[in-house]
Amino acid sequence: MTMECVNPEGLRLDGRQFNEIQSSSHDQTLESWIRPILLKGHERPLTCLRYNRDGDLLFSCAKDHTPTLWFVDNGERLGTYRGHNGAVWCCDVSRDSSRLITGSADQTAKLWDVQSGEQLFTFKFGSPARFVDFSVGDHLAVITTDPFMERTSAIHVKRIAEDPQDQVGDSVLVINNPDGKKRINRAVWGLLNKTIVSAGEDAVIRIWDTETGTLLKESDEEVGHKKAITSLCKAADDSHFLTGSLDKTAKLWDMRTLTLIKSYTTVVPVNAVAMSPLLNHVMLGGGQDASAVTTTDHRAGKFEAKFYDTILEEEIGGVKGHFGPINALAFNPDGKSFSSGGEDGYVRLHHFDSNYFDIKI
Amino acid sequence: MEVLDIDARAAKLGIDWSQVNLDSIQLPPGQDFGIESDDEAVYHDDQSEFDTGFGNIIVVDHLPVVPMEKFEKLEGVVKKIYNQIGVIKENGLWMPVDPDTKMTLGYCFIEFNSPQEAQNAKEKSHGYKLDKSHIFAVNMFDDFDRLMNVKEEWEPPQARPYVPGENLQKWLTDEKARDQLVIRSGPDTEVFWNDARQKNPEPVHKRPYWTESYVQWSPLGTYLVTLHKQGAAVWGGADTFTRLMRYQHSMVKLVDFSPGEKYLVTYHSQEPSNPRDASKVEIKVFDVRTGRMMRDFKGSADEFSIGGPGGVAGASWPVFRWAGGKDDKYFAKLSKNTISVYETETFSLIDKKSMKVDNVVDICWSPTDSILSLFVPEQGGGNQPAKVALVSIPSKVELRQKNLFSVSDCKMYWQSSGEYLAVKVDRYTKTKKSTYSGFELFRIKERDIPIEVLELDNKNDKIIAFAWEPKGHRFAVIHGDQPRPDVSFYSMKTAQNTGRVSKLGTLKAKQANALFWSPTGKYIILAGLKGFNGQLEFFNVDELETMATAEHFMATDIEWDPTGRYVATAVTSVHEMENGFTIWSFNGNLLYRILKDHFFQLAWRPRPPSFLTAEKEEEIAKNLKKYSKKYEAEDQDVSLLLSEQDREKRKALNEEWEKWVMQWKSLHEEEKLARQSLRDGEVSDVEEDEYEAKEVEFEDVIDVTEEIVQESM
Repeated sequence: MTMECVNPEGLRLDGRQFNEIQSSSHDQTLESWIRPILLKGHERPLTCLRYNRDGDLLFSCAKDHTPTLWFVDNGERLGTYRGHNGAVWCCDVSRDSSRLITGSADQTAKLWDVQSGEQLFTFKFGSPARFVDFSVGDHLAVITTDPFMERTSAIHVKRIAEDPQDQVGDSVLVINNPDGKKRINRAVWGLLNKTIVSAGEDAVIRIWDTETGTLLKESDEEVGHKKAITSLCKAADDSHFLTGSLDKTAKLWDMRTLTLIKSYTTVVPVNAVAMSPLLNHVMLGGGQDASAVTTTDHRAGKFEAKFYDTILEEEIGGVKGHFGPINALAFNPDGKSFSSGGEDGYVRLHHFDSNYFDIKI
Repeated sequence: MEVLDIDARAAKLGIDWSQVNLDSIQLPPGQDFGIESDDEAVYHDDQSEFDTGFGNIIVVDHLPVVPMEKFEKLEGVVKKIYNQIGVIKENGLWMPVDPDTKMTLGYCFIEFNSPQEAQNAKEKSHGYKLDKSHIFAVNMFDDFDRLMNVKEEWEPPQARPYVPGENLQKWLTDEKARDQLVIRSGPDTEVFWNDARQKNPEPVHKRPYWTESYVQWSPLGTYLVTLHKQGAAVWGGADTFTRLMRYQHSMVKLVDFSPGEKYLVTYHSQEPSNPRDASKVEIKVFDVRTGRMMRDFKGSADEFSIGGPGGVAGASWPVFRWAGGKDDKYFAKLSKNTISVYETETFSLIDKKSMKVDNVVDICWSPTDSILSLFVPEQGGGNQPAKVALVSIPSKVELRQKNLFSVSDCKMYWQSSGEYLAVKVDRYTKTKKSTYSGFELFRIKERDIPIEVLELDNKNDKIIAFAWEPKGHRFAVIHGDQPRPDVSFYSMKTAQNTGRVSKLGTLKAKQANALFWSPTGKYIILAGLKGFNGQLEFFNVDELETMATAEHFMATDIEWDPTGRYVATAVTSVHEMENGFTIWSFNGNLLYRILKDHFFQLAWRPRPPSFLTAEKEEEIAKNLKKYSKKYEAEDQDVSLLLSEQDREKRKALNEEWEKWVMQWKSLHEEEKLARQSLRDGEVSDVEEDEYEAKEVEFEDVIDVTEEIVQESM
């Protein structure tokens, strides 16, 4: 196992903008934050980052075929999960950190033993698996699949057996997307496993009943996203969630009523969103589409993780460092560190220092 | 015909409707059996032909009255005349005969194949002298109808009650003395007040699809012109922008105002169907207030440009250059070997003649006087020197000229009050392999117009940009090599040196490629656009010191407001990212920033020149403290109010959020048991999750070994 821990320069809040917004004496930038740990284990663009509940382990997925597990404290690589034969789009870890589920472009979703790295079960689909999410209690998992050849995009619900020996591949429920040609990028469990919230390329957020598979709610076209929704992040208590879209906005919704509560506007397409569990901060990541990056100056792409005040919808600052669009963001459940994964193949693990917690705007 | 009717009819005729292949039915050409086509184009064509049903007939009067014997001879003569002009339809000539006298009536009708031919025949043969007593009077048949209906008695036109016009200058009376700016982004065109105190633009008017290409302010700011398929329109007025006038010119592409906004020039060019032909150009000049077309010019693009390489796309705009000053008296057009100067009283050429100047390539009006400067490049391989000349209009007297040798190119720059003309001259070096630049400076207002030659300290420096200080005596030059050229400032007169140009200073190695003087002079922005990513340096030329440096990343445009108090920098949609604009104070403080996707255009509304005399302005500048006191107090009030508003807004937002959170908390509590059961009875929820250190005693049998202990007996 190779291990690389690099401490390059780079963690920096865009100082100028920071000053502009700040009215108080906090014109120190977040430059004084502790330097990030650069996790270099992937060879291809990052797709997904997940912390376990304790916040000591970080799972990363990339377009190479190997999900990787890292120690959050020091950035040491703990191990890899070998077995997929295509880009791995996403993963989720059970509450007790024993099980990992991954979805891949090789048209499978796999269940792993976190500790041993052993493959426990493989769910086979006729099309790439885009997103996975464990339910409350970890007895169910939702898996979304892409439209592929004749197949339309769909949401599958699988029962996760206590004992891997009893695991079966049958779906408890399959929901087909109303617009089957459009990808479903995210599908997560709603409150008490009674609903599933889905969002994707058609820019509509939908809430489904998990008993019957019927559509309960759709986001309002007026206030909703105008372009494909790329990311979704739930609050710790599932009461609200944040979506990010290529229309350069992120929006905060009430989980129960699907009411739009807040909207955050940025200058680049949003690929990844995260909500601080500790402070009223949201974090947006993205950047100019890789294919559109033609300018020579790295600043042109805006490959920054931007922080916004959740309530005031105002930008607080940004953390630069990636030299490609940011594809994945995750807050540590303790709210004291976060990690970002980029098109550049790096994971950057940032620990906040005390300045961050004093920010007032 | 209704579908039902058709079905009934088909049944009657015994046709099985379903067996009929509708596509196989072909109507004879031109026949539609009374069924209207839903193809709008076809429908339109029919309509237009119908309108001109008699349009191809003319009436010829004042023919000789002849008896029947001579009828055929006369007919022959008339046919002969008109067959030369167009094709008369078969039996298209009808000469009525008085049934009583058996004499012709002295007129005839002629029908041509097309209305165009008829029109042509009318124009050509009207007034044709058959002999002394018979001079043709030719009319269109359609006109005849119209002329017959003229009422015998003259009716005085009804006097319309006077409706007071809108106050077109209202925006100048703004209490806070703010300036307006127009922006276009996406489909919207918006006009704002630049409210620097509130650090926000205040909307004045917004309209989606207001224009089909771009918008432009008139030079004094009275009108905003929009372009449409049908023509141009100007908008303005007291509060909201109402349409004041329309100017019909289909597919108008470009517009230009005369400096005093009396006239509007519209331009349209059409790509030729044959790519080898020059494109067709139509230019119209309108009176802005009445909307009347004063003159139109049609021709091929070649006639409106000096035929630069690849002049296919059309002429270089503006085709007509207006003489300076508010009178809008003259405008000039440059074409091959000629300069045509028109005057606006009659809209015809001065002295009915163009000026012949061989090989002239550029003309430039003085911004204030009717003096035209022109440049003629070298000819005959250097035998005939290049020439820069000043010509007074309308006398066409050459005021001054200068011959220049081994010149590759010249650029003329007038100072805004017409006092000086700078000509940048690019000359070949002796080897002819490279060029170097210098300036010829004309002092227009002095006797005999003295010319001074200025060369840079380093003669070989390339000149990247040049700009006169508005209303001032200074100019700035960016020269040297990229990426870090130098910027030098010169003055045409200093306290010690009135008759000579002198250098004020040079700034070394600046990241700049464009110069933007404040409209009031004194301040200048040295900007690094494009390759320099939008570096801005706000510079005070009086003190020769930098006030601020800043950056508007990727900025493409910079525009000072007409008062010189604020500057707008913008990133337009040539870049995909960061579209929008930023407003700065004159000394480089960032005031606010607005982001707009698909940002196309930003333009400050110009102001008419101040009525204050120069002396009065100077006096105000001297006693600025006295005047500014009042505004300082106002500023303070505003900033207090702002922070108050801000605080309240934040409070409201926080309260609203708090409500959500409370609601979520209580619901979360309610669902606690349900969640617990889903987790197989695990109690802990995320938020009440504190680590509990427990000591666990753990026993394990690692190994069992049996040892036989010898018992000692």
